[in-house]
Amino acid sequence: MAGLPAPLEALITAFERLPGIGPKTASRLAFFILRQPDEVAQQLAEALLAVKSQTANCPVCFNIMLAGQERCQICADPRRDESQLCVVEDPLDVLVIERTGGFLGRYHVLQGVLNPIEGIGPEQLRIRPLIERVQEGRVREVIIATNPSMEGDATALYLRQQLAPLGVRITRLARGLPMGGDLEYADQNTLLRALAGRQEL
Amino acid sequence: MPAPPRTLSTEAVVLRHSDWGEADRVLVLFTREQGKVRALAKGARKMLSRKAGHLEPFTHVKVLLALGKDFWIVTQAETLNAFLSIRSDLLRTAYAALVIELLDRFTSDDGENPALFQLLVNTLSRIASLEDPFIAVQYYHLRLLDLTGFRPQLFNCLRCGKEIQPENQFFDFQEGGVICPRCAPQVPTARSVSLNTLKYLRHLQRSPFETAQRADPAPSERNEMETLLEGYFTYLLERRLNTPHFLNEIRREIASRR
Ligand SMILES: [Zn+2]
Ligand SMILES: [Zn+2]
Repeated sequence: MAGLPAPLEALITAFERLPGIGPKTASRLAFFILRQPDEVAQQLAEALLAVKSQTANCPVCFNIMLAGQERCQICADPRRDESQLCVVEDPLDVLVIERTGGFLGRYHVLQGVLNPIEGIGPEQLRIRPLIERVQEGRVREVIIATNPSMEGDATALYLRQQLAPLGVRITRLARGLPMGGDLEYADQNTLLRALAGRQEL
Repeated sequence: MPAPPRTLSTEAVVLRHSDWGEADRVLVLFTREQGKVRALAKGARKMLSRKAGHLEPFTHVKVLLALGKDFWIVTQAETLNAFLSIRSDLLRTAYAALVIELLDRFTSDDGENPALFQLLVNTLSRIASLEDPFIAVQYYHLRLLDLTGFRPQLFNCLRCGKEIQPENQFFDFQEGGVICPRCAPQVPTARSVSLNTLKYLRHLQRSPFETAQRADPAPSERNEMETLLEGYFTYLLERRLNTPHFLNEIRREIASRR
């Protein structure tokens, strides 16, 4: 088979590195861009470069922010309650919780999750700075909002062990039966946890 | 040629998963019927998914798979054992992760091995239920080597063939077993192994678990046993394992809290 021109191959290879994109989708995307007016490619290229050069991690909570700022918008906002700290896996989780409008405290982004099988241990996450933040003494409750997965559970367990001696309240997002779900399809895990986390009516 | 079966109903253990597309997951399953297979769980990342909770790593499940274009697709899943006591304890989680990583590395796709499947399920339930899973994990190591064709020779010197005498010995990864002190000078890669540690390894290798679990090695022997086996695994796999580091970090953590 005759090969594609090298620049097109390079773009396809670049797309294939993205999560959830296989060779077919990568080719489709590359050909799509090829057919578009020049400014589409231009804008995409600029956005790709800017996302790396013009963003930074907030030095306090490790959320993503505009480069050159001292801290992120949430950390800089005096109206946000600093006694409540919500610990999440990544910046996307901050976005999701912010959209609910139901949380007025602050965040700490771990930038990942313990993954024993992949060998991602505590020292690869932003756990040390979290402990230091809590040690400063203004945090009264740490809400652990890691995913309800094996990795999220392991992370929550580890955080609990690390934070317990500091005397703060440690909570985890309630896990129960999904809305619209049906008891008979619930797995053992979810059902047991829903029972353990039952509430007064 | 008859068409291959389009569906597969089997028991399986979820080894690992990775996100796929918007809301799907690709699972690596170790099945009783067909060994290691990859399967797509559609919508598994949505909170509403009825399948998601059944398909977490370490879970023993019963699944119904249908052959799709590129993958098996999970059409039904039911938990047989979620091993919740593993998931609620970091040390048990670390042991289970080690067991899973080794199984994953020592097997290739589509190699049926029902004995290995049974060993995996038994080992996970031992890790979930025993107060100290250490021996159960070392027992797994030796059985895994048996079942994947790397059973180490622990009773006779691999050079002179003589039966091992009650004295400190040597072990060579390349030879795959013990070398007696007389032959050791000819095998520069052989490392020393204490007689006691070797005794424990032999005991685990030739006993059913009910007998094997009575072994109670001293801390230094535990250490030596683990280091030796890990070194042998690394040699056989030609790469370092991810999980021992995690396990050791958790152990250090526990030790520092005492
Ligand atoms: Zn911040
Ligand atoms: Zn010899």
